[in-house]
Order: sequence, then C-alpha cells, then structure tokens
Amino acid sequence: MESQNAIIKASEVSVDFWVDGSWVMAASGVNFEVKPGEVLAIVGESGSGKSTTAMSLLGLLPVNGRASGSVLLQGEELIGASKKRLREIRGKDIAVIFQEPMTALNPVYTIGFQIVEALQVHYPRMTKAQAKTRALELLNMVELPDPEKAFNSYPHQLSGGQRQRAMIAQSISCDPLLLIADEPTTALDVTVQAEILDLLRNLKQRLNSAVILITHDMGVVADLSDNMIVMKDGVVLETGTTDKIFNDPSNQYTKDLLAAVPHLGAAQAQGRAAIARENVQPTLRLEAVDIEYPKRGKVPAFKAVQSASLEIYPGEVLGLVGESGSGKTTIGRVVVGLLPVKSGNIEISGKSMVNVSKADLMEVRRNIGIVFQDPGSSLNPRWPIGQSIAEPLLLAGQNEPGRTNRVSELLDMVELPKEYRNRYPHELSGGQRQRVGIARALALSPKLLVADEPTSALDVSVQARVLELLQEIQKELQFATLFISHDLAVVDLLSDRIAVMQHGVIVEQGDRDQILRNPLHEYTKKLIAAVPVPDPAEQKARRAARATH
Amino acid sequence: MARKKKDTHTMLNQEISIEARQTEGLSLGTIVRRRFFAHKAALASLITLGLITLIAFTSVGVVIGGSGNLVTDPETNRLAVDGFRIPGWWQFNWYENYDVVNNGGAPTLQLWPLDPGLHPFGQDTLGKDIFARVMRGIQQSMTVIVLVGFLSTVLGVVIGAISGFLRGRIDSFLMRFTDVIIIIPTLVLGAVLGRTFGGNAVSLGVLLGLIAWTGLARLVRAEFLSLREREFVDAARVAGASNLRIIFRHILPNSIGVVVVNATLLMSAAILIETSLSYLGFGITAPDISLGQIISEYNEAFKTRPWLFWYPGLFIVAIALAINFVGDGLRDAFDPRQRRLPRTEGAIADIKRLLNRGGKK
Repeated sequence: MESQNAIIKASEVSVDFWVDGSWVMAASGVNFEVKPGEVLAIVGESGSGKSTTAMSLLGLLPVNGRASGSVLLQGEELIGASKKRLREIRGKDIAVIFQEPMTALNPVYTIGFQIVEALQVHYPRMTKAQAKTRALELLNMVELPDPEKAFNSYPHQLSGGQRQRAMIAQSISCDPLLLIADEPTTALDVTVQAEILDLLRNLKQRLNSAVILITHDMGVVADLSDNMIVMKDGVVLETGTTDKIFNDPSNQYTKDLLAAVPHLGAAQAQGRAAIARENVQPTLRLEAVDIEYPKRGKVPAFKAVQSASLEIYPGEVLGLVGESGSGKTTIGRVVVGLLPVKSGNIEISGKSMVNVSKADLMEVRRNIGIVFQDPGSSLNPRWPIGQSIAEPLLLAGQNEPGRTNRVSELLDMVELPKEYRNRYPHELSGGQRQRVGIARALALSPKLLVADEPTSALDVSVQARVLELLQEIQKELQFATLFISHDLAVVDLLSDRIAVMQHGVIVEQGDRDQILRNPLHEYTKKLIAAVPVPDPAEQKARRAARATH
Repeated sequence: MARKKKDTHTMLNQEISIEARQTEGLSLGTIVRRRFFAHKAALASLITLGLITLIAFTSVGVVIGGSGNLVTDPETNRLAVDGFRIPGWWQFNWYENYDVVNNGGAPTLQLWPLDPGLHPFGQDTLGKDIFARVMRGIQQSMTVIVLVGFLSTVLGVVIGAISGFLRGRIDSFLMRFTDVIIIIPTLVLGAVLGRTFGGNAVSLGVLLGLIAWTGLARLVRAEFLSLREREFVDAARVAGASNLRIIFRHILPNSIGVVVVNATLLMSAAILIETSLSYLGFGITAPDISLGQIISEYNEAFKTRPWLFWYPGLFIVAIALAINFVGDGLRDAFDPRQRRLPRTEGAIADIKRLLNRGGKK
C-alpha cells in the first residue's frame, strides 16, 4: 500500500563502468523509495556511487557506464526507457540542482531566458509572455530580492547564493515530482547556505515533491532530510530515518563517518603547549599590508585587502576565516608571491618579500609551500603526479636519484602508495589528489605552508583524514601554517589562533578559544551561528531560534 | 553470481600486474609512445608514410646541391642533373626519354600474376618513365611538407605561446603582425615569392613555412590565455619555475592536441598548396618535378592517357590521409583522459538493437 504512494522506487539498481578492458562496479543493489514531501539523503565518500546512482535515475551516465535493476517513477520503468522518453522526463518530472551554479548555468544567456527555455521545452504551447510571467513567479518563489532584475541578469552578475536560487528556480519550473539536489550548498558560504537550506525546506513543503539530497555535509543532512542512506564503495551500508541514524548508528562505517565530522567546539581545551613567542622571530609577518587589483580598462582598481597585519610563529597554525570575497585567498596569494602588494611589508623569517630582487624573491619562496583549493586544477593534467611532486626539487637543483627518493618519501608521508607516482591526476580521487598537492607543497621542507581551503573540495571522511594527516605532518616538521578556510569547524580543529576577515579587513584576531567561544565582533558571532550542526535535534532548535529573530 | 566472482578475480589479477608494472618511473614520453603504438590506424599510417618516403628516396636516388638544371654529360653524351647524384635501385631516371614499350605508353603493371614489367606506372608520349617521375615528385612534395610542417609549427607555437602567455603590448604587437600576414592570400604570396626565389622544393618549403603559421599562432594563443589561469601554473610559479619552463613544460603539453591536429592539417594543406602552385606553374618548375607539376604538365592528356594522373593523384591522397591519421593518433596519445569502449557496446550494439526493433515491427 505504502509503496504505491512512493514517487520513485529503486530496487536493486546497479551501475558499472567500462574501465581499461573490464566492467567495474560503481554501485550495486541500491534500494530506496521516496514519497511526496520527503527528503532522502544519500551520504557517502567521493567514489561511493552516490552521484552515479542518482544520475542513473535520469539516464545521464557517461558513455562508458551502464545501469541495471529497476527504477519506477510513479510506476513507470526508467532503466531501459527510450532516449526520447527520458528527455521528456528530465527537467519535467525529475529535476536536478547542481553543485556549482556558475558552471551549471549558461554564462551567455540571461537567467530569465534559461528559465523560459526550460518551460517552453516541456510546455510547447506556452507563449513567451506566459513563460515570462511564470519565470518571474518562480524567481519570486525562490526569494530573490528583485525578480525583475534577476530575470534580465546574466549569471556572472549575481552572487553565489543568488545564482543557486536562480538555478533552483529553473529546476522547479515544471513542478517536478522528484528533485535531485547534488551537493546544493557545497559551493556556498555558511550564512548563505543556511538561507538556501531554509528555502529548500519551504519549497519542498509547497510543491510536495520528493527530494533526493546528495551530500557529504552531515550538517546539511541533519538539517533537511527525513530518511538517509549511507553508501560506501557502491554498496548501501545503512538505511533508516535521519534521527535514528544520527542517534543510534548500527554500522561501524556510519559511526566513523559521523565521528569524522568536525564539530565546532569539539576540540575543547586540548591543552596545546603554548608556543613561546618571546625572542622568537615570526615565520611570517604582515605589516599593514594593502593589496589592490589594478584597474583594467574601464574597471576601476579594487582594494581587496586593507592594512592587514598578521604574525605566525614557527610551529603555529593560524586560521584565516571569512566568506567568499573577503580577501582571505588574496592574502594567501600575496604571501606566496603570486600577487604584488601595494603598500606595507611582508617578511618570511625576517627576510622581506617586498621590493626585493628576483633572485632574493626566489630564495624566499623556497621556504614557502602552498596547497591549493582545487586539487583538480592545481596538478598539471598531462603530468604523472610523481613529476608534479618532483618539480620543486628539480627547480631547486636536485639530481635524479635524489628526486626519486624524495618523491617516494613524500608519497609515504602523505600515505599514498609509491606506485602512484606514474598515475595521472584524473586517475586519482579528490582526496588522493589533495594529498599529492600537500606532498608537492612539502617537497622542499618549507618553513611556512599556506593552505588555501585545502579540504573544501573534499567530503567529510576524506577531509577528516587529510586534516589529520596535515596535523600530524605539521606536528612532526613544525612548520608555520597559514590555514585559509571558510569552514569554522575545520579551523577550530586545526588552528592555534584565528583571524576573521570581512570585506578585506581583519575584524578580529586572537586565540582559538577566545574567537570561537567568546567572539567580540558582531560578524564573528553571525558566522558561528550559521554553521550547521550534525545533529537533527540541535538543528531544529537553531532553526526555531532563527525564525523568531 | 559466478560471473561477478570471476570479474572481481580478473580485476584483482589486473591490479597486481598493473602495480608491478608501475613501480618503475615512466616519463611522459614513454607513456605517449605506448599509447600511440596502441592506436592501430595511426601506426599503420606512420608505417605507410615511412614506406612511401623510403621507396621514393631509394628508388630513383637523390641529387644534392647543384643548380638542378639538366646538362649533357660530355663523356656518355647522356642527360644528367647538375649536382651530386646518388643513384637509386630503379633502372630508369625521371629526365631521360626511353623507348615506348606498350602501345601509347600504357602501364606494364600486371596484378595477376604480379609482374611490374619494365614501366609499371606507364610512360608518357616521349617515353619518360612515370614511376621514376612520381617517385621524384614524392621526394619533392615530402620535402615541402616536412619543411612547411616544421617551420610553421615552430613559428606558430612560439609566437602564439609568447603572446598568449605574456599578454599586454607584446601580444598586441605580435597579433597585429599576424593579422598582416593573414590578409595576404597564401597562394598569391607563394606564387610571387616562388617566382622570385627559384623553383626548387627547399626554397618553396621554407617560403610556405614562413607564411602558413598564422592560424596556428591564433589557436595556440587562445589556448594559452585560458590555460595560464589554471592553478597548476600558479603552483609551478610558486615552485620557482621560469616563464620559459611554464610555457614549454606546463602549458604547451596541455595544448598539444590543438598543436598536433593543426600541424597535421597544415602539412596536408601544404601538399595541396604545393600541387596547386606547381599546377599553376609557380611552384616547383621544370626541369624538376613535383606531384602537382606532373598533373599540370599532362593536363591535356587526361582522356587519352589517364595513367599519367592515377599515380600522382593516388599518392597525394595517400600522403595527406596518412598525415591526418598520424595526427589523430598523436592527439589521443597525448590526452590521458581518453576513454575506450569495448567494441561490442556502442555503435555495433546500437545497430543490432535497431535491427532487432525493426524485426519486431
């Protein structure tokens, strides 16, 4: 009786990929059903098959993939359905919200045009005017401040949160029965994320659609979902209501996964030895640094950072926190010498980086390593990773056998098998790539490591392992670290001190406990309040608190 | 279930062998070579090209240096080419007249039983051996292709890379210079310069190479503009890589697909430009021979002696095709993201499915 109500019912869905001459299983024996107004969260590490399973519902697998089993959308079989029928279903009955709205929206068309297009594809009888009215209605529904303006805007003219709203407006344009949200808030700032989650919750109730939420963020799961599935290596490990799994996980892996989520405030008073600051030269010192992006043609100069002052001592981790556009990445890039400073001074171990000769700058740079945000783009795709790791060594003048040894050593250090040196970046998972990025940054044993959101592209359990690894290596080698992140929980886990940035200004700076437990600045308080907590009950209470405000 | 077990078993085996293989360090070059050799059509084309070149150069021999004009050897009283002559294994050469064997000089080539006869590709009205002439034509055309391919690729890549990477004033200067060259039609420029600097293959190849690089430079520039913003370029810069290293070791391998495909297109265009110029009488001129020039010389005998066109035409097409296939193979070899599907899935399976559906109806 109940299964008849379900909008989508998947039974024994399996997905295989053809890789190097054999079929490799990506997902096997997945069963679930979602009823109207329900949210099912599929949780798992990267490569666990969660996105693959969801895409197989739509028949959107890559060319070398095949799906088997049965997926019933209101009783209609989707696996093996004709391409034409699937095209009709996509966007109309099943819609998808993608992770990165900037790439999912076409940059050369206005938001309005794209929504109208989606409407007219599925309702060929709809006139332009009708479609426009409906589009404005939708933009209003997703709570965009000025629907008329958003309708005529191009994607790049909107902020990240507004783009995601526009993207959602497009997906719900045909009142889909099923909405697949693939990491809908991963690319967003915490404060914006909280707003989008509220929006999704409202929409789900209004449209009475079923929602499949794919995410790695346990906070988001706790906030939004009713039921959840935990997947690992293509196999479903645990199914149940969100409350039950969060409070009483039965599978060991689920327990580990929940434990891997960094909790804000969990790293209470670990009693880290206070680092002696007297008589020690700071590894990095920023003095009243101004950074400006010079004007280009008609675009005026933009001051990204204003009189920033920082100090990091050897063996210390400074967390630099802020939302996108706050200038935190700019500071990181200036520190490694990728951007010039306008005024002020930067010193690395007492050596100035500003107004020095090219040779001196090279010398200073030897002492800095950087881990980039996106491990997919920071490794040369045409090079085996061994070569990428060895490059700083090569440029520092090490010979071939020395390089080979050091690469093996570094791969060991980041816990990757030595054989991986001949693999290409695209053959590795995100977490493995980021390990490679760390290995490269540490190749020359730098005194300062700049980590620019090193884990924001990874999922929790991977993130936990990478962070643990980074922490271990840092403790062992005692380099200073500038850790740039938007995730307060991660910063909490790692840093000794924290600096908070807003609009290019460091608004608050101090010891970790002081900032997180006893914030003084208004903005810091707001930031801390917006972080989703991986606990359904707590999340409910917070939502209520937000609503009353 | 049993199938699954077997699958995982073979998978495990494969993984072990891969691991064993991957302990040694492989350079990019080795990997590219392996992948290229796995590409059947490209490898076959490369072998074909090699064979054609080998036969063309060894059969009738080559002339090194000299003016290339025909002179009468005072000792034997026979025609000879001015310059140092290395003879080949073919008994005839491309400039002397011989007795006409078959009626009208038709080819003596017999397919069954295989017998090349005296003049396998036939003779013209004067009794010149067409095989020798075609071989000499291939030599000249190959010289032009290699020179054009090499020169224009190097020029295009260097100019495109520099302007795309450095941007700013250097970029505007180089790109306006490129525009100036682009607006002059290649055929006209080639004809004028060809007439001025003499009609041999080397000078023609150099001249064409100096004017054919423009499109490639534009494409390389565009590639560089987008690739230079990627994070791995920043990573290399932080590691202390110089601009030259970033250009040639980091960005260029990533744009190699564009470069290789365009270089091969340029080379097959070069053989066509060379034939058109020679056909018009501006490229390689008599007494020397190119494939295009053979066709032009005999253009009035198309109906009466078609074999005069078969062979030069056949080789023009074969060479151009083979070069394109090699380019395809190179592009695939340089792209580590290429995926291969099993033959039974994909197109053939689609056709089967269509047939089945048709049968049901």
